[in-house]
Amino acid sequence: MLGKLSWDAIPFDQPLPLIASGVVALTILAILAWVVIRGHLPYLWREWITSVDHKRIGVMYTLLAMVMLLRGFADAIMMRSQQAIAFHSQGYLSPDHYDQVFSAHGTIMIFFVAMAFMIGLMNFVVPLQLGVRDVAFPTLNSVGFWLTATGALLVNISLGIGEFARNGWLPYPPLSELPYSPGVGVDYYLWSLEISGVGTLVAGINLVTTVLKIRTKGMNYLRMPMFCWTTLATNLLIVAAFPILTATLAMLLLDRYLGFHFFTNEAGGNVMMFVNLIWIWGHPEVYILVLPAFGIFSEVISTFSGKPLFGYRSMVLATMAICVLSFMVWLHHFFTMGAGADVNAIFGIATMIIAVPTGVKVFNWLFTIYGGRVRFQTPLLWSIGFMVTFIIGGMTGVLLAVPPADFVLHNSLFLVAHFHNVIIGGVLFGAFAGYAYWFPKAFGFKLHEGLGRAAFWCWLIGFYVAFMPLYVLGLLGMTRRMQHYDVPEWHPWLVVAACGAALILCGIVFQIAQLAVSIRRRAELRDETGDPWDGRSLEWATSSPPPPFNFAFLPEVSGEDAFWQLKKRASEQTGSDEKPEYRDIEIPRNSPTGFVCAFFATVMGFALIWHIWWMVAVGAIGAFATFVVFAWRDKDEDVIPAAEVARIDRSNRAQRRLILGEEAAE
Amino acid sequence: MSTIALTEAHQGSTATRDWSGPAPKRIVTGYGFWIFILSDMVMFSAFFATYAVLLGQTAGGPTGHDLFDLRNVAIETAFLLASSFTCGLATIAADTRSATWFQLAMAVTGVFGLGFLAIEGREFASLVARGAGPTRSAFLSAFFTLVGCHGMHVSAGILWLLTMMAQVVAKGFRADILRRVLCFALFWHALDIIWIAVFTVVYLIGSAA
Repeated sequence: MLGKLSWDAIPFDQPLPLIASGVVALTILAILAWVVIRGHLPYLWREWITSVDHKRIGVMYTLLAMVMLLRGFADAIMMRSQQAIAFHSQGYLSPDHYDQVFSAHGTIMIFFVAMAFMIGLMNFVVPLQLGVRDVAFPTLNSVGFWLTATGALLVNISLGIGEFARNGWLPYPPLSELPYSPGVGVDYYLWSLEISGVGTLVAGINLVTTVLKIRTKGMNYLRMPMFCWTTLATNLLIVAAFPILTATLAMLLLDRYLGFHFFTNEAGGNVMMFVNLIWIWGHPEVYILVLPAFGIFSEVISTFSGKPLFGYRSMVLATMAICVLSFMVWLHHFFTMGAGADVNAIFGIATMIIAVPTGVKVFNWLFTIYGGRVRFQTPLLWSIGFMVTFIIGGMTGVLLAVPPADFVLHNSLFLVAHFHNVIIGGVLFGAFAGYAYWFPKAFGFKLHEGLGRAAFWCWLIGFYVAFMPLYVLGLLGMTRRMQHYDVPEWHPWLVVAACGAALILCGIVFQIAQLAVSIRRRAELRDETGDPWDGRSLEWATSSPPPPFNFAFLPEVSGEDAFWQLKKRASEQTGSDEKPEYRDIEIPRNSPTGFVCAFFATVMGFALIWHIWWMVAVGAIGAFATFVVFAWRDKDEDVIPAAEVARIDRSNRAQRRLILGEEAAE
Repeated sequence: MSTIALTEAHQGSTATRDWSGPAPKRIVTGYGFWIFILSDMVMFSAFFATYAVLLGQTAGGPTGHDLFDLRNVAIETAFLLASSFTCGLATIAADTRSATWFQLAMAVTGVFGLGFLAIEGREFASLVARGAGPTRSAFLSAFFTLVGCHGMHVSAGILWLLTMMAQVVAKGFRADILRRVLCFALFWHALDIIWIAVFTVVYLIGSAA
């Protein structure tokens, strides 16, 4: 009846995961109870859960990422503290548990923090920057988000019911095959990524189509803000790379569930084929994460320097070059496979070539700052912190791209330090820069500046204290994923690294405090102009938060930095008293399709993990039925009448004129 | 997205080379679906690559030469190509708003599709019965997965086909229904393209190996 599921699945003998999952479950229940008792449920359902508004979906993606960041960071601090005390001792985490912790940490941080954060920001910002009212496929967008949430949920269910994978964030066979990992851990990993992978693919298709087909009049390709270009590149990579992940994990599933022989040791299976396939997805994935961050830095640096982006066209070219090259370097993740010196040399050189367009970008950012009127606010601090940190990470990357050096450093903490250096310094700092930069656009008030700075410095210093020792440890020969060790030279460095993690914890505490304080003091942090940073692109041309239709009139674009041009023209012809003629606006109608579909996907995923076959059928039929019901609806748009559009737009314009008038008077 | 804004944006765009504003829904839908099909082909390419790598890994078991019946595969191919032709007829019928011809052409398409699946199912069953199932060797794992993945796509296509027939009965040739018919046709023809590759790589090259 319940397949492999029984009471044994609950880890009663392990207090740590039991307490952790208990606390998480109680927290979720408490929040749900609060929502229901305070009567917020109808509002949440109407305005958020069923929303197909790209802004709302973007905010929900970002929220999911931030919650998952807490989970992933909890894993991180467990690892750092375990290694700080596990010198000549077993520490407090058993090998079995420690292996699950580092596997969950990597999986969650990549798929549900970095990916979700970036897709969230792209979703929120790109249609606004393109000057349009929505993305190409609003309902599918909602489906994509909720499927991502399903994946995150399944990973977290594994904390309390069953176990998680023990083979790292990529399930290398033969360890991940049934004989060596007989439990449900690998299945949790595989099904949660298969389901959330579909969500990511949907988001990718949606955003590619949006950038290529849904731009406002005059928004030629070479007038798009840099963030739109990096969004295009990233989502092209998603469309081209994620199906490979889906296929590869499907093959592993077939091995595990039906006894196929893709990656087994016997009957002709080929273990290295898995490693090749997973990195053909995995290397583009690195750029899927970092390219949007490059876009965010471009926007932030240009805005806070008060200058157009230096070398815009070379930046576009560099972005697209990275997009193409990212598919040609996957083998550098396993130089030690034994492909031979020639193959290794080619991939090593290809890897170093990627550093060229990246270097172009760094110089462009530096020249943008050079000679500008620089305002050192939090988003810019993150950007400068990024440039310094990312260059160090990039150089250790080029070092690892040299095959002979890689043979020595492969699988060591040097590698761990390198990829944290680029992912934290590149992707995460980018996400935080974007969060601080666009938060006032999303909610109409700024984040508290002082606490933001405190968080930045804790993160920056904490990062260096936590990860520079890992470079040293790698050079001292410490391999990754060690539950305990007995080399006395390593111990002090690991203690220092643990202190770094504690500093990062302070940064996170400041970030939580920043959010809480900013919401409390939103009246004084309020921004009525819609343009708090003196921005240059079209998202700042509408009010904060933007109305459901984004723009009452689609703006017309005649050059780069569209909003900057608009502002310049407006100040030349002061006080334009045009009486615009408002019209009805149709916006896509809210739909619970995404949520319901994800519910059935969760049921199906859980049932597949535990071999509950009848429940699999229920989930599959339910998901299909949901789509049929959706396809049968007669009304897919709501109309906002012209009078309502006029009311919203006039009040926004009046407010803005008032403030501009005040500024002019000063 | 507003249709009013669309018409506004599309007027007066001839004078300059500037982008003329958001594309109409039909274009957007078709374009997005093309991108989905491309992603689907990337997924198939992973299975094709796997098949190519594992082609010789028979683990002492039967090879493609021993197993494949090219006459059978030729009939299968004929069924699928014919279904693509009738699917094209259904598209023309939808363009001319002829419900009868649309339903007829779709029904024939579905029957051809089912025929294809029946032959494929028989082939799979006979292979398993001869002890040449997917668990026999890595080669057969790759074979069953690649061909089976295409078969799953055809099955999903038939489910979609039936849904579209029902939708046209219930809703008529509404704009959104027509967009879905367009996507369905793209999907069905794309399966043909993939089958051509399956026929060549799996059966022709596979039976020579």
